[in-house]
Amino acid sequence: MNEPLFSLKNRWFTVSVAAVVVIAALAALFAFVWLPRAHARDAAASLWDAICSAAGAPARYRNPGLPDERAVYPTSVIIGSEFTGPVDSVAVGRGATLALQCSMCHGARGTASAGTNAPHLAGQPPSSTYKQLRDFKSGHRPSAVMQPLATNLSDQDMRDLAAFYSQQQRETLVGHAGVQVEVPRIASNGSPMRNIGACATCHSPGVARVATPIIDGLPAPYIADQLRAFKAGRRANDINQQMRNAAHALTDQEIDVLAKYYASR
Amino acid sequence: MFSKESRRLVLAHFWVAFAAFFVALLLGEWQMYIRSPLRDWIGNPELYYRSVTAHGSAMGYVFPTLVAMGFGYAIVELALKQPLVGRRWAWTGFALVVLGTVVAMAPVSVGLASVLYTFYPPLIGHPAYYIGIVLVVVGSWIWVALMSVNLRVWKKANPGVAVPLPMFANLAGAYLWAWTSVGAAVEILFLILPVALGFKSTIDAGLARVFFSWTLHAIVYFWLMPAYIAFYTLVPRAIGGRLYSDMMGRISFVLFLVFSMPIGVHHLFQDPQVGAGVKFLHAVFTAMVSVPTLLTVFTITASVEIAGRLRGGTGALGWVKALPWHNPMMLAVAFSFILLGFGGAGGLINMSYQLDFAVHNTQWITGHFHLIFAGAIVIMYFAVAYDLWPHLAGRALVQDGMMKAQLWLWFTGMIVLTFPWHVVGVMGMPRRMAYFDYTNPEIAPQAITVILSFIGGLMLVISGVLFLLVLLRGHRSRVVELPEFRFAQAVHPVGRVPVALNGYALWLALMIGLSLVNYGYPIAQLVGLKQTSVPAVPIGGSPVGGTP
Repeated sequence: MNEPLFSLKNRWFTVSVAAVVVIAALAALFAFVWLPRAHARDAAASLWDAICSAAGAPARYRNPGLPDERAVYPTSVIIGSEFTGPVDSVAVGRGATLALQCSMCHGARGTASAGTNAPHLAGQPPSSTYKQLRDFKSGHRPSAVMQPLATNLSDQDMRDLAAFYSQQQRETLVGHAGVQVEVPRIASNGSPMRNIGACATCHSPGVARVATPIIDGLPAPYIADQLRAFKAGRRANDINQQMRNAAHALTDQEIDVLAKYYASR
Repeated sequence: MFSKESRRLVLAHFWVAFAAFFVALLLGEWQMYIRSPLRDWIGNPELYYRSVTAHGSAMGYVFPTLVAMGFGYAIVELALKQPLVGRRWAWTGFALVVLGTVVAMAPVSVGLASVLYTFYPPLIGHPAYYIGIVLVVVGSWIWVALMSVNLRVWKKANPGVAVPLPMFANLAGAYLWAWTSVGAAVEILFLILPVALGFKSTIDAGLARVFFSWTLHAIVYFWLMPAYIAFYTLVPRAIGGRLYSDMMGRISFVLFLVFSMPIGVHHLFQDPQVGAGVKFLHAVFTAMVSVPTLLTVFTITASVEIAGRLRGGTGALGWVKALPWHNPMMLAVAFSFILLGFGGAGGLINMSYQLDFAVHNTQWITGHFHLIFAGAIVIMYFAVAYDLWPHLAGRALVQDGMMKAQLWLWFTGMIVLTFPWHVVGVMGMPRRMAYFDYTNPEIAPQAITVILSFIGGLMLVISGVLFLLVLLRGHRSRVVELPEFRFAQAVHPVGRVPVALNGYALWLALMIGLSLVNYGYPIAQLVGLKQTSVPAVPIGGSPVGGTP
């Protein structure tokens, strides 16, 4: 009974301390290295980001191309409830006038003519067009063409333009009508094993999520280009990395198939 | 050796504990009634949450604390065979617990602190509620100190002798409680009370929840300790057997001390303020608690088998038939193990990160902790009371069917109450809801399960009444001269015990070290985060009555 307790000669002491330390170290290794590694494989995050996330340290997305606090967030736009109600007809009228300067690429009434490869704006939810205009102006979505054009637009201008385009009907382009393309599984079911959600979950005309564009009928080169930009991280104005995570694991071939499919709709 | 003064002390603890238990039991059944389709909507959800707060606070803070304290004082005299040192301090602790209970329950009963016993910041109730809880905890800390002092006195008088297992286990419960109650104490003193007293208007709810989780899991093991002490030191003797291994008992209790503390974050699996890695770490140590649990299950089953074989049972299962099934302690331990088995199986599901998503915040959880606490643990509290009562009251406890009926009713009532909760939880019924409109076709199929649970609750109320009746009759029956109280003896008499298993220095060091590893980082990180406080939501004022 007189043996010392806290001594390396006491096997109860050495074994119990060693066992607790080994269990804790192994558990920590799993918790902060192995599991984050597994997560990092499936999401567009670096290993360090994944470790920070496992540790509960909130990691902010940093866009190195932008100065000060704009760099911290993927966008500076907050979509409020004003975008969910009916559209103001006065705003539509003002938007129609402003839209005259957009018709070169986006068409007179929001349907881009074949060959420009600019996205159609007709029928897009107003919150979607507005958010992209704001992101162009703030630099969150880099574009050599759109950034200078958006610089002179006021916040109200952007709201009016978005309201105008939301009221236009997309015209079916010659050459697209009647082409039937089989629905890719990625669009309808996603690829759960690769952590890719189904495109249709958000991008369906019936879903009506705010700030989510309708991609039916957009030019195939435009869709493919945007997916590749998300995949490479060149475009990063998606909140919570939604699109970057979805595009991250897509193969080049899948991107082409998706672009062709959505262009045909 | 059981002095009259100490008997009075223990009886006071037990009677206040059982009175609080009975009131809380009635409230629980009332809650079940108004949630069920048997009763029209009462029109004011605040009344429901008021009742839930009283039920949880009485059952969680008052009842088990007083049972552990009373049982602990009894163990000092019965196991160490020395007069209790510091009896006046013990009465002071008891007075603090009673005073705290009254101070806490006053604002609850008038609807000024319907925040539930888990406090739920940013909800903020009347400061008296929190101050009352602090008084209860401080009262119990006096008990912790007294347990430690009494053991020290005994060790001085008996140098080199092995500490009797009941006292050794008693200290595990005391030290565990001392350390785990620090979390809630910090939460109340530094986060909640400044807001409740009006010095601040915002509160860091996420940090507060992490501190509460520090308390929330190990508190269950504190509740469990008297039941486990009864498993090891009362059951084998009461059914005429021997404890299979004294050493296994010691190892189980020290493992509980080390592993039940740093695991509380599994209560925060769905909380965004804690990282997934920290949650995983805590899940691993949660799984480690199954080690002392299974050690206990095997050791006690082996001890019971010894009793069965001593009574002439043979063969692989013949000894089960030979067990003294008429003995209340035998019934209680069997029921306790069955409820512990079901509750433990549900617990394994809760501690699995992914499975927890399916049952989080549903009635499943309520079912789980009622099986463990109200089932496995409380049924052993009954058994402890039945075993000790003749020694406390000095009178015979009438051995007719009432005791057995009480235990049977509690066991079946608990199953009828909790199994439908598990089912309806999987169907998606949230917990902590005051009102369900069962005419809605979406939840109409859940109605029948709630009626079943109500019936189970009714059985529990009847069992509670019988329990109090048995004890009351124990004060009026014939006076008896009892032989000296004995705890269970081990198969191999306890001789020399390794120094590590005769004290707590090593295990306390491991418990504290592991707690700092598992909690230090998340707490430091949350304390350092800026802009995490949210506006407090005051509870109380005049409730808006009326019917819909």
